[in-house]
Amino acid sequence: MAGIIGYGAYIPRNRIRVEEIAKVWGADAPSFKKGLMLEEKSVPSPDQDTITMAVEGSKRALKRAGIDPREIGAVYVGSESHPYAVKPSGTVLAEAIGATPDVHTADLEFACKAGTEGMFIALNLVRSGAVKYALAVGADTSQGAPGDALEYSAAAGAAAFLFGKERLVAEVLETYSYTTDMPDFWRREYQYYPQHGGRFTGEPAYFAHVTGAARGIMDRAGMKPADFRYVVFHQPNGKFPLRVGEMLGFSKKQIEPGWLVSKLGNTYSGSSPLGLTATLDIAAAGDMILLVSYGSGAGSDSFVIRVTERIDEVRDLAPRTRKLLDTNKVYLEYGAYAKYRRKIRKAE
Amino acid sequence: MPTPSRYWREIPQRYRMEAGKCKACGFVAFPPRVVCPACGAREFVPAKLADGGKILTYTIIRVPPRPFEDQAPYAVGIAELDDGVKLTAQVVDCDFADLKVGLRVRLEFRKLSEEGEAGIIYYGYKFVPE
Repeated sequence: MAGIIGYGAYIPRNRIRVEEIAKVWGADAPSFKKGLMLEEKSVPSPDQDTITMAVEGSKRALKRAGIDPREIGAVYVGSESHPYAVKPSGTVLAEAIGATPDVHTADLEFACKAGTEGMFIALNLVRSGAVKYALAVGADTSQGAPGDALEYSAAAGAAAFLFGKERLVAEVLETYSYTTDMPDFWRREYQYYPQHGGRFTGEPAYFAHVTGAARGIMDRAGMKPADFRYVVFHQPNGKFPLRVGEMLGFSKKQIEPGWLVSKLGNTYSGSSPLGLTATLDIAAAGDMILLVSYGSGAGSDSFVIRVTERIDEVRDLAPRTRKLLDTNKVYLEYGAYAKYRRKIRKAE
Repeated sequence: MPTPSRYWREIPQRYRMEAGKCKACGFVAFPPRVVCPACGAREFVPAKLADGGKILTYTIIRVPPRPFEDQAPYAVGIAELDDGVKLTAQVVDCDFADLKVGLRVRLEFRKLSEEGEAGIIYYGYKFVPE
């Protein structure tokens, strides 16, 4: 049986509150807070990007896995904010953790589901026996256009998962992907900010794909919502994952441990993977977890996961995700945020 | 700032804290050396530095060199790592008021600088409070 042998999370310490953004653009903060269930979001420091967060998340996954990084045969970084247009993030990551040169590396991009894409590939390479261990990271420092609804949610964070066949923290029992062509969110080459279809990103995009993947995997596994202790959905805002859970028949109690978005924002490729790290942090041996990502464009990857007894040995070998989210925070004003996110045009 | 080739040569140290340990006397050289300054021997084995330590001294840079202009004011410190090696690096994610001699820090992977909008991005280690 193949599965997760180590996991790690990274969240920058900077935060900006919804009110701080709303006051600059003359928007109504309470409507964002109530309508989208967002309070604040993480912001990367100027010296942090997808690569630096991927490295730190991966080091934590390695601590929990307790393996020699030279035995990692594949490294995948899923992100829509790779620092280079041409030059892989994965080579920096593989070099920084000491996995080079006997390693296969690729950068993946699929809006918010690039992280689970990497997990899917890493898991299946391990399953097939092509590599002993494989590392998959979902990381993003995403940008919403100033004043756009996405600016209230686009956040930064990374989650890393090591896959193997021994030392399992969680077995992956089933996977299923649900994919169609969907013009709900995109960014063209050389464009700084993405565009989206507004309300169109709901029903035919997020909800259709997440329910399609969740129902598809439960059919395959012969399971129903009550068979799971926890469920983690992609979290573009606070409301969507709660609503999709309700549509599928999951309770708030099953969703809440991995529901980080109101204080974290949408970390794109890191979103549902970070939710999974927070859920593993509190899970017990035998717990079943359903993970369903969503990436615009569009697709959902789903995983049925069963936690093993090793979870108790490893969870405190690295910081828990809720601790990263709730402690050591600093709040930015919009000016500093705009500088950090390079929204200010400077002289050359 | 360094050229891409110099940056590349320093990757084992900047990314992975790889030092050289003298086979004869155990002296740890970071970055690695050809000749041991302690005993003159020429054989070293690779060693990885500890990833944590404590601040020995620090300063606040308010008038920075050009690649760091946007970061000023920022802190630079010397820390003694848990294996005894002393290392200089930026101290980040730390309010200046909390910065003091003896502060526990760990090494974190960060962007050091970049060659404008189009050039190479330089990565390496910085100190962050534990």
